Amino acid sequence: MNIKKTSLYKLHQDCNAKFVEFAGYHMPIQYSEGIVEEHKFTRNHSGIFDVSHMGQLFIYGGDELIKDLEKIFPLDLKNLKLNHSKYSFLMDKDAGIQDDLIITKISEGFLIILNAACKNDDFKILKGLLNEKYKIVLDENRSLIAIQGPKSSQILNEVFSKVKDLNFMSGNWFLFDNQKVYITRSGYTGEDGFEISILNNFADKLTRELIDKGSKLVGLGARDTLRLEAGLCLYGHDLDKDKTPVEANLKWAISKERISKGDFIGSDIIIKQLSNGVTKIRVGIKPEGRIIAREKTKIFNQSDVHIGEITSGTFGPSVNGPVAMGYVENKFSKKNTKVFLEVRGKKYAASICGLPFYKKSYVKGAN
Amino acid sequence: MSEVKFSKEHEWIKLEGDVATIGITKHATEMLGDIVFAELPEKGSSVEKDGTAGVVESTKAASDVYTPVSGEVVDTNQAIVDDPSKINQDPENSAWFFKLKIKDVSEMDSLMNKEDYDKFAKESA
Repeated sequence: MNIKKTSLYKLHQDCNAKFVEFAGYHMPIQYSEGIVEEHKFTRNHSGIFDVSHMGQLFIYGGDELIKDLEKIFPLDLKNLKLNHSKYSFLMDKDAGIQDDLIITKISEGFLIILNAACKNDDFKILKGLLNEKYKIVLDENRSLIAIQGPKSSQILNEVFSKVKDLNFMSGNWFLFDNQKVYITRSGYTGEDGFEISILNNFADKLTRELIDKGSKLVGLGARDTLRLEAGLCLYGHDLDKDKTPVEANLKWAISKERISKGDFIGSDIIIKQLSNGVTKIRVGIKPEGRIIAREKTKIFNQSDVHIGEITSGTFGPSVNGPVAMGYVENKFSKKNTKVFLEVRGKKYAASICGLPFYKKSYVKGAN
Repeated sequence: MSEVKFSKEHEWIKLEGDVATIGITKHATEMLGDIVFAELPEKGSSVEKDGTAGVVESTKAASDVYTPVSGEVVDTNQAIVDDPSKINQDPENSAWFFKLKIKDVSEMDSLMNKEDYDKFAKESA
């Protein structure tokens, strides 16, 4: 299979990116300054992320589409206001997570941002579930650029006036070179920021302008350390088909109103788990000292019984120490529970902790 | 005269008398990226040529550190354990990993000189 390039490929090269193959794309893992500097620059200033590999799915339709999508997503979509976004999941009938996503109400229907590795499957699944009743487009003509960090609002506002008035998890159309650009205030770093959906031919020009105004390109390496410090899940690691949103400790994202009716895919299992509890659950894990516990590291309790596994673990540059999350048996999921992590054959002390590791600074209700 | 030699696993070794100082090369640190964790062998332990004698980790992955010669660990550099970013800053000097009292000086013979190593590193990059 051909490995794809995003519209920013040339710019990444100009900025000395180190590339990796990710979900079938040549993606920058880091630039010359390295992951730690890129991470800190995002937290303190403003980082730009090329996330054009992610899926941008447009579904066009009105009230009937809303009803049909409510059979799929555990969301109160009929009360979702124009240009507002929600975090959600595509589940199978056992409530296993096929993908996690952001869905935004736009005037013509919905825009759904999907994970790169899942987008083609999601497209097929959704097309099937909607019985081909609606126009549905996985748009390959648009790039997706995220700008994240405390200076991003000011920088982006120099290009798109009034973009700073957007609230967290809402969006709108703006113009760049007379082309329609959809911008949402959202992100994946735990910082204030925006995601910009723009036609491929204009992505390079926009990104270079943002760099001129003081933002810097940041690679997937720092994207991972930023999201993990922010306690956010990575599909294929912290979330997959063997885990449900309740087990993933994401029940906040399921509409209470929809649970009472229970008429969406996977609702039987979700309702059962919400009333009976779950056997395993996602938690934050803080290793003592500097030891890094990575994905698949086994977790033991104080009696040396295997109780779970790490699903993401790295060194958090802003926390200045190791950070991890994983799944443990529910009875060991209380904050401050002492556990042990097996790294290279030795057991190291750690404790269950709350998330995030690094406090978010989202902008809420600026209006 | 002490000459610095290099291994295919990207360690450098400097022999003074029968004590060798060992670290990882600048090229290795560039491949690894920001180093955020280092683990060293225990003082007094014995290590065998080409065996593991420590670990370094970047934000992305863990990598073993090998010893290019056999010997007894007589000293370790706690400063790089406390602040692993020192390894990126000064890998071939102050950020040494451990010192060995070497067993067999002839083990040095198979290692590369600077010129050969630079060529090797360039080709393997």
